[in-house]
Amino acid sequence: MDLKLKVWRQKNPESPGGLVDYDATGVNPDMSFLEMLDVVNEGLIEKGEDPIAFDHDCREGICGSCSLTINGIPHGPQKAIATCQLHMRHFENGQTVVIEPFRARPFPVMKDLIVDRGRFDQIIEAGGYISARTGSAPEANSIPIPKQTTDRAMDAAECIGCGACVAACPNASAMLFVGAKVTHLNSMPQGRPERDRRVLKMVASMEEAGFGNCTNTFECVAACPKEIKGEVMAQMYRDYVKALFRQAIRPE
Amino acid sequence: MSLNAKIPSGRLAEKWSNHIKDIKLVNPNNKRKYRIIVVGTGLAGASAAATLSELGYQVECFCYQDSPRRAHSIAAQGGINAAKNYQNDGDSVYRLFYDTIKGGDFRSREANVYRLAEISTNIIDHCVAQGIPFAREYGGYLANRSFGGAQVSRTFYARGQTGQQLLLGAYSALCKQIEGGGVTMRPRTEMLDLVVIDGHAKGIVVRDLVSGKITSHVADAVVLATGGYSNVYDLSTNARGCNVTAAYRAYKKGAYFANPCFTQIHPTCIPISGDYQSKLTLMSESLRNDGRIWVPKKKGDDRPPNEIPEEERDYYLERKYPSYGNLAPRDIASRSAKEVCDQGHGVGPGGFGVYLDFKDAIQRLGRQVIKERYGNLFEMYRNITGENAYEVPMRIYPATHYTMGGLWVDYNLMSNLPGLFVIGEANFSDHGANRLGASALMQGLADGYFILPYTIGDYLATQRQPRPSSDHSAFKEAEKNVSEQTKCFLSIQGERTVQSFHRELGTIVWNLAGMARNEAGLKEALTKIPELRNEFWRNVKVPGDDDTINQQLEKAGRVADFLEFAELLCYDALTREESCGGHFREEHQDDNGEAIRDDATFSHVSAWEFQGNDAKPTLHQEPLEYTEVKMATRSYK
Repeated sequence: MDLKLKVWRQKNPESPGGLVDYDATGVNPDMSFLEMLDVVNEGLIEKGEDPIAFDHDCREGICGSCSLTINGIPHGPQKAIATCQLHMRHFENGQTVVIEPFRARPFPVMKDLIVDRGRFDQIIEAGGYISARTGSAPEANSIPIPKQTTDRAMDAAECIGCGACVAACPNASAMLFVGAKVTHLNSMPQGRPERDRRVLKMVASMEEAGFGNCTNTFECVAACPKEIKGEVMAQMYRDYVKALFRQAIRPE
Repeated sequence: MSLNAKIPSGRLAEKWSNHIKDIKLVNPNNKRKYRIIVVGTGLAGASAAATLSELGYQVECFCYQDSPRRAHSIAAQGGINAAKNYQNDGDSVYRLFYDTIKGGDFRSREANVYRLAEISTNIIDHCVAQGIPFAREYGGYLANRSFGGAQVSRTFYARGQTGQQLLLGAYSALCKQIEGGGVTMRPRTEMLDLVVIDGHAKGIVVRDLVSGKITSHVADAVVLATGGYSNVYDLSTNARGCNVTAAYRAYKKGAYFANPCFTQIHPTCIPISGDYQSKLTLMSESLRNDGRIWVPKKKGDDRPPNEIPEEERDYYLERKYPSYGNLAPRDIASRSAKEVCDQGHGVGPGGFGVYLDFKDAIQRLGRQVIKERYGNLFEMYRNITGENAYEVPMRIYPATHYTMGGLWVDYNLMSNLPGLFVIGEANFSDHGANRLGASALMQGLADGYFILPYTIGDYLATQRQPRPSSDHSAFKEAEKNVSEQTKCFLSIQGERTVQSFHRELGTIVWNLAGMARNEAGLKEALTKIPELRNEFWRNVKVPGDDDTINQQLEKAGRVADFLEFAELLCYDALTREESCGGHFREEHQDDNGEAIRDDATFSHVSAWEFQGNDAKPTLHQEPLEYTEVKMATRSYK
């Protein structure tokens, strides 16, 4: 099949970008979306033009590198997958496909479809860990953890850090991302000693990085390739309020 | 020349504890004076960087991805082995050790493997302390599952995303150290050369993938944790960015490359659908527990699978290996699939596929049970192929998955170049000629959390080499070479894209040095690869500039190294005239097509020393001696 592409091209963070038209011809429905872009790029290189830059790596939906907004939807029209798992059979012959980078002020465009998501790393650095020095761990089975607790933590821990939640949110809020990590670590018994510090520092880092606040539109949940549930944000609010309260009556 | 692996003396079970006792320590006040470079942030690299920083060393850590969390360890599905014996089913350190040695077809180093099995239990303790949500039973204790090549249940797992959870654990420990200032993290930065001064590794030269700037980084020791080289085949289950560049450039600076021909081909991957294919997706091996593998008896039979009657199907694994059947080990299952497809019985586009059929299992257990066991995999299969595996059999075909070979290291995980340490998949030591499932995660974390942090201290405490400045002529020369190579790629302006060379190279290596190899084929590959390499340097087309993000330029450097490395792989395969594990030489098989190992001649590690671009590398051998296990022939009949 043949498609008309409108692709965001931008040389570097400083220069203005714009949509450029390309024809993708002879697209095989079994191709992945990124393979379709590979083929377009091979054609551009042969013509002596600069190929379209986009982040990708594992191409099996787990590394979180790919970050395309396809026809206005982060990771495209299919539910619960990352861009790399999207296949061309979901498009129709002759269709126009608009491809843009993830849009959010804290994710500046570096080139074409590549954005800088370094602020996600900064949020994790602020508190998204359990301080456990290598060598200090007790026997693994010394603390039984209810299956429901680990299952819930695992639901949240599946986050791949792609940033689709931020790109989908009208406020560019990172609360689903932060909530997922807070829920994962704060629900595990090993994470309890640091739960207050963790949520306070991560939320502070999130605000400092320029992510917006949540107004309950839940676009993040709809866009999430790992179907992280909205309740992780509720958990984060609860932990945050409790932490503020405990800090007020008994400062560290 | 024979290599000294520096294996401590004493009984196997006491070697590591004795060694720790004897090892030199670095005073805590002195640790902060030492600077260590870690390249790569997968399980091995991230765990090493975090632990070294906790100890007080200054660490500088590099990865080519935009974040250390994206390294390809994240894609490991199945699990991580540990000899905890929580199931009370007779597991022990010795049993895990023996399974790993046997699985590796007696081509790994006994002392390293024993240490790995010993440390496996500490890894689980540590990962639980980090908050990794391992699967649990209702009583709250850790759950286990069984995996190929073992008769006990010792695999710990976090759904189908064990690698992701373990990597995020190591990444979070790394993040804590970054925040604390102990680790300087440099993402989107690629190592392009190793700098060796007076015989010691003293730093690296890197290219900033955003600005294109080439800079030198000086250290007292360099740790490579840069993964394997499966992408020499172009198509593999590795991430697109995985490459051999860091390891290969260290090899060109004098580090020995060991057993490059030991590659693992995984039997259950989704087949290629067209020439645009960019990667192959692995389907968990667990599918073979309930699926039956078959091909049509008639060659070129293009009827839909459900219209082929039972008596016209060849369940070839069940026929050839009646006792193990569809659960034959990875190398054997892969080879058999290739055999039937080469004979013309393959199915799907191009005839490179076999059926994995769940019809009997669905009839026996009901669709619901199958859905509970494999629902996510069926979903993944549907996503990629558009087919419903509950109704029609899956099509699968083998793909390269892991590489057991790597840079040669001694017992301390140090290469023959003092100060250069190599950990995780990038080294060669623990998996011999074939790796067992759920052992890669174990090895990466053992190296990074529990082995390297001890052994690197011994090196730092005993070496007396001052740290040079980055103005040293060796750094300047390396920077110049890297920068010239970059400019050279851009100046060729030929007719063919980098990817077209990678694809052609992959086809050569896959066909002639893939699942089965023979002398004539390997010699053919050794003629074709240099020809292709010559064409590459004459005719490659790399667009753009070198002072901005240029993904084609990055790839050109990686493919250039694969074009040289592939020759080393084939040369090693040609000289190892025996069949063992993933290395199957067609000349060395019995009447039933089973591998014949030659322990008298080849019970050694082949470590290759670079001798110049057009010269043959020199072979160094490390003899493999087994003190506590008896070498046996693997049989799965």
